[in-house]
Amino acid sequence: MTGAAATLARSAVTEIPAAAAAIRKAGTVRFEGLGKTYRSSAGEVQALSSIDLDIRAGEIFGIIGRSGAGKSSLLRTINRLERPTTGRVLVDGEDIALLDEAGLVALRRRVGMIFQHFNLLSAKTVYENVALPLRVAGVARDEITRRVDQALDLVGLAGKGGTYPSRLSGGQKQRVGIARALVSRPEILLCDEATSALDPETTVSILRLLRDINQRLGLTIVLITHEMSVIREICDRVVVLERGEIAEQGEVWQVFGAPRHPATQALLQPLQHGLPEDLADRLHETRRGPEDQAVVELTFAGSAVPDLAQLTELAGGRGLRLLSSQIDRIQGRAIGKLLLALGPGGDAEFPAHLADRTRIIGYVDDTDG
Amino acid sequence: MLTTQMVDRLQQALWDTVLMVSVSAGIAVLAGIPLAVFLVTSGSDGIFPAPRLNRIIGTVVNGFRAVPFIVLLVALIPFTRLVAGTTIGVWAAIVPLSVSATPFFARIAEVSLREVDPGLVEAAQSIGCRRWDIVRHVLLPEALPGIAGGFTITVVSMIGASAMAGAVGAGGLGDVAIRYGYQRFDTTVMLVVIAILILLVSAVQFSGDHAVRWLKAR
Repeated sequence: MTGAAATLARSAVTEIPAAAAAIRKAGTVRFEGLGKTYRSSAGEVQALSSIDLDIRAGEIFGIIGRSGAGKSSLLRTINRLERPTTGRVLVDGEDIALLDEAGLVALRRRVGMIFQHFNLLSAKTVYENVALPLRVAGVARDEITRRVDQALDLVGLAGKGGTYPSRLSGGQKQRVGIARALVSRPEILLCDEATSALDPETTVSILRLLRDINQRLGLTIVLITHEMSVIREICDRVVVLERGEIAEQGEVWQVFGAPRHPATQALLQPLQHGLPEDLADRLHETRRGPEDQAVVELTFAGSAVPDLAQLTELAGGRGLRLLSSQIDRIQGRAIGKLLLALGPGGDAEFPAHLADRTRIIGYVDDTDG
Repeated sequence: MLTTQMVDRLQQALWDTVLMVSVSAGIAVLAGIPLAVFLVTSGSDGIFPAPRLNRIIGTVVNGFRAVPFIVLLVALIPFTRLVAGTTIGVWAAIVPLSVSATPFFARIAEVSLREVDPGLVEAAQSIGCRRWDIVRHVLLPEALPGIAGGFTITVVSMIGASAMAGAVGAGGLGDVAIRYGYQRFDTTVMLVVIAILILLVSAVQFSGDHAVRWLKAR
């Protein structure tokens, strides 16, 4: 290389790191063509295949799927508790398959993990459990005390340090788990069905804590769950796994608003009311007379706004009744369905901006009955 | 009634038994726990996988467990002479007692170690524990109540085995019971020895149970 070319190359190199640093903020995960095959007595089982996925720094990323869909295997490849059979996992751009034991230990200190069954050491106190990651890392004693107190404070368990885990409630145990995962100041937090063993009220408080941690510390959270409500509560983006493959992925409001894959629709089912039964019994497909009322279903998938004033105006003097409604606000967007009965007098046209999808599902003689 | 001489003899015998059993039990713990940790962690899916060596050591352990103590006692005489310099007396009995108790205790401790929830090992790995950290902070402390219970069983069965060590002139309570109670038809001595053994075993069992309860209460 000539002198001039070398200078040129060097100046190009010095410019890249600044740009790269902006993009490569700590806490990213990338899966490239990931596959995992288990060998069992029944032959080979394909747990994951051709997973390509990018998890961005600082987001809360949800992985959802039915049991056996491969969520747990996928999550565990991020800190190499599980080794993929094919493909690569890059954490902050680094291929973690190439790490030696020391490198792996260092990676695991950057990637915290919490578990469905908490996995706290029963022979150690809360303090000792939270201190363990620092102890094995050789951190000085007073630094350990300071950071453990800080972590317990963060999860709302200040003063519980001397207690043994067996004396704590499920929610408190998970808080200890979170403190233990955070005490090493990781960039990424992996949550393995972290709320599945908790009652609904505790689930909400733990999710709120995770959301709070994500915002305050700016760490990336990757969580797996089989409950769509968890995704709705805190995730930014979601991927749906089905039989070890990606069924669909996207912003949470998009996936909730317009689920495309049958697996997603099945997972969303528990959150949706169907057509009210009494109404379904009396519904007929075609208009039988002028007095019939049209039952209209308005679907909101994130772009339209349920504007009641406009709806009423559209119905004119004919009367418009709300039969059932289910509108969620997800990431600031209206997602869900409205079921309306439009008074007698022919079918009205609902303009597109009023709802993302409008459909007359049938007619009834009288909605009051 | 017992003569003063006999009371002294019994006292000495009790002391000999306690000495034989406690020294051998100490050796069984020192050798048995590492052996148990090895057996648990060196399996093909363990944290120190070495399946070949695991199978070899496992077979050796089973071999020792298969030989009745009284046979082991005789078979080990050359080895005992090598280690203790003699084949009679308390110190000579400690050799076969330890050799027999170690694999026994190791197998019991192994069961407790295997019962440690694999999720705890996974959690420890996820927070950056190295393999030895896992043995030290997870496997051993979590299995401790079970190991303590297993130790109690080991000590009780060693008290029984130590009586047989009388056959190599080791002394101890079993020796007194055979020489005076059986060979000289002294029923009183026999009954007293039995009573002492019952008290000794009860005391060991009681303290063992207590320790386990205390360890579990945490």
